[in-house]
Amino acid sequence: MAIVLDKSHRWRVVAAHLFLIGLTAMVIFPFLMILSISLRPGNFAAGSLIPETISLEHWKLALGISYTAPDGRLVKPDFPVLLWLWNSVKVATLTACVTLALSTTAAYAFARMKFRGKRFALGGLMLMQMFPAVLALVAIFAIFDRIGSVFPFFGIDSHASLLLAYSGGIALHVWTLKGYYDTIPVEIEEAAKVDGATPWQAFRLVLLPMALPILMVVFLLAFIGAIIEYPVASVLLHEEAKLTLAVGSKLFLYDQKYLWGDFAAAAILSGLPITLVFILAQKWMISGLTAGGIKG
Amino acid sequence: MKIRLRLGPALLVLVLLAALAVVTMVYAAGQTLLAGTMLAITALALWVYSSARTYAWRYLFPGIAAALVFVVFPMVYTMAIGFTNYSSRNLLEFSRATQYFLDETFHGEGPSYGFTLHADGPEFRLRLEDADTGKAWVSGRLALRSPAALELRLAPEGETPLALAEPVPLKEVIARQKSLQALTLVLPDGATKLVMSGLRQFGSVQPLYRRNADGSLTNLQTQGVLRPNMVTGFYETEAGERMQPGFQVGVGFANYVRIFTEPAFREPFVRIFAWTVVFSALTVFFAAALGMFLAVLFHWDALRFKGVYRTLLFLPYAVPGFISILVFKGLFNNNFGEINLILDALFGIKPAWFSDPLLAKAMLLIVNVWLGYPYMMVICSGLIKAIPADLYEASAVAGAGPLTNFFRITLPLILKPLTPLLISAFAFNFNNFVLISLLTGGRPDFLDTRVPAGTTDLLVSYTYRIAFQDSGQQFGLAAAISTVIFAMVAVISLLQMRFTKVAKD
Repeated sequence: MAIVLDKSHRWRVVAAHLFLIGLTAMVIFPFLMILSISLRPGNFAAGSLIPETISLEHWKLALGISYTAPDGRLVKPDFPVLLWLWNSVKVATLTACVTLALSTTAAYAFARMKFRGKRFALGGLMLMQMFPAVLALVAIFAIFDRIGSVFPFFGIDSHASLLLAYSGGIALHVWTLKGYYDTIPVEIEEAAKVDGATPWQAFRLVLLPMALPILMVVFLLAFIGAIIEYPVASVLLHEEAKLTLAVGSKLFLYDQKYLWGDFAAAAILSGLPITLVFILAQKWMISGLTAGGIKG
Repeated sequence: MKIRLRLGPALLVLVLLAALAVVTMVYAAGQTLLAGTMLAITALALWVYSSARTYAWRYLFPGIAAALVFVVFPMVYTMAIGFTNYSSRNLLEFSRATQYFLDETFHGEGPSYGFTLHADGPEFRLRLEDADTGKAWVSGRLALRSPAALELRLAPEGETPLALAEPVPLKEVIARQKSLQALTLVLPDGATKLVMSGLRQFGSVQPLYRRNADGSLTNLQTQGVLRPNMVTGFYETEAGERMQPGFQVGVGFANYVRIFTEPAFREPFVRIFAWTVVFSALTVFFAAALGMFLAVLFHWDALRFKGVYRTLLFLPYAVPGFISILVFKGLFNNNFGEINLILDALFGIKPAWFSDPLLAKAMLLIVNVWLGYPYMMVICSGLIKAIPADLYEASAVAGAGPLTNFFRITLPLILKPLTPLLISAFAFNFNNFVLISLLTGGRPDFLDTRVPAGTTDLLVSYTYRIAFQDSGQQFGLAAAISTVIFAMVAVISLLQMRFTKVAKD
């Protein structure tokens, strides 16, 4: 564009930069603060935002290592952060696997097969995900309480119950996968069928390998969705050793027991990997969805 | 090939048998509803995987079944609970509450027997003696390690030529009291049943209640009669006194009547509803405004370092919400928070973010806009990119400034496709339980309501409090409010679908 630039234009650029720098500073402030707090000795604000002395006590506690305070006391970790992280990762990985298995197969039927009630089922799935699980907490609690009286393995305070409760959340993933399958030419599978492949073989050996990028994306999205889920987990899990990170983290910040520094270290320790996974998923989502299945 | 063909049906039969075994177990445990649900799913699975006509459903079945059982069913069940009095006082089902009364016992008029415990290797034997007649009975060997209910037949002492060791000291008896209390001893006559009635004796017991033909229970000790009241959900004495535990009964629309007519519930409900709407609307407005402004800035060719800004400003979206919210909870802390530290140093003020209702609401909005604007920024960027560049060129030729460009070109063009997304953002924040629960917990509470309710509570977090926190687990009432929220969400969804259609046309 050839536009004559006047003086006000230059001022506008400067103003925009000032605004963006100010906003960025405000947005980044909590992250920098939490890093500084995690390295600061003690659990209370010491009067300066940048720590004068660096202390690794909070990091040691977050990693489950006891440390000796300056006055010779042995300080033990208050909460099993690594155990919580492990619980979260375990539940999220299993949930992602189950979700992926359930949604890839369902999406295949939606994308490639003709059957009665197809539009109804697809619409139902869309409608379903508009109602968040948080509205059904009472029923979820009652259901798993009841199941638990017969099978304690699937009852309240078990990770299996959480896995089951999450396994139903496939609606969005089915839509994503169906959309991707629709972009893959059906001719490739038809050629396989001409060569004698059953629909299952055409699905597993022909379509799935081509859909790998989207499978990764759905896996990661389901994984993250399960790791950051709070309402259902807070109702189903109570025992400290069973908690996931999302439920456990808030125990650091009770008025009676305010472990600000310990929380900061735990937050970075657990938040950083999840954030990286999320950014990775975003990247793959964009490249995976644009690359499409035309490669085959 | 032949083996492979047989493998499928064989597997199906195996799974079917396992499922039937499990269903039987569940049924035997008294969970009729659960057993019925599982049986129905098993039958459906059998039909889907054996009929050739349902081939497509073989792929759909696991996913759809999971969605129906764990997403749709809980919602329907929530609505059903809304019509009951399910709460911590009326926790059990009717049959279980009845069973509770029938299981109660009292020490009847029969004689008591002194008992001693004798070691036999690592295990023990019990010896009962009737002090009046001198008759004695001995039990088989007992481990007494866990308090498992056990009915035990005794043999007369003379029958087994057995030399009992010295009785163990009382200390040992006390250590195994729990296991001993779980025992029911049966004398050889088969009719006299005895339970531990003291540290040194067993006494005969009788059930406290007898069920009559009309469903009432007669107290055999006092001869009083308890009648189940299907309206209140309690067994009641003739004087009308309610006996714990209560049981669940349908109460029709009573919960809804309470929410909408009883002032104690209507007051907080109306206030919380108003705040929920204001909160969602303001959040969406501010987040969208900021996101849109940033998107417009990033579309401006003259601006450099866009990549750096965009990456940093995207971060709040990538960090898990529960962590950011808790970080803010710490930063905003009235006494130790870094935000008040800075405000105190700069302006000498220490706002009470968590105890002043207005400030608490402002804090929620700040945090939620911080969490929500990056999504709007990304969406608006995409929409603005799709606007043809020649529109801006034409307006530049006409001498229009950036404000005119924005209000005459950009905003009208992106508003239509943006509206459904704004509505879904509204719906999301309408039910933003995580933010409220982790940041304020709904506090500070209203001081003038009889039911605990918070000034920053949304309808969902209010429901959660009624069900799981400070109001005595009133599941029925909470489920009724949830149902009302369902209806509201449904209305919002309808609006959204309408606008999505408009955006597509």
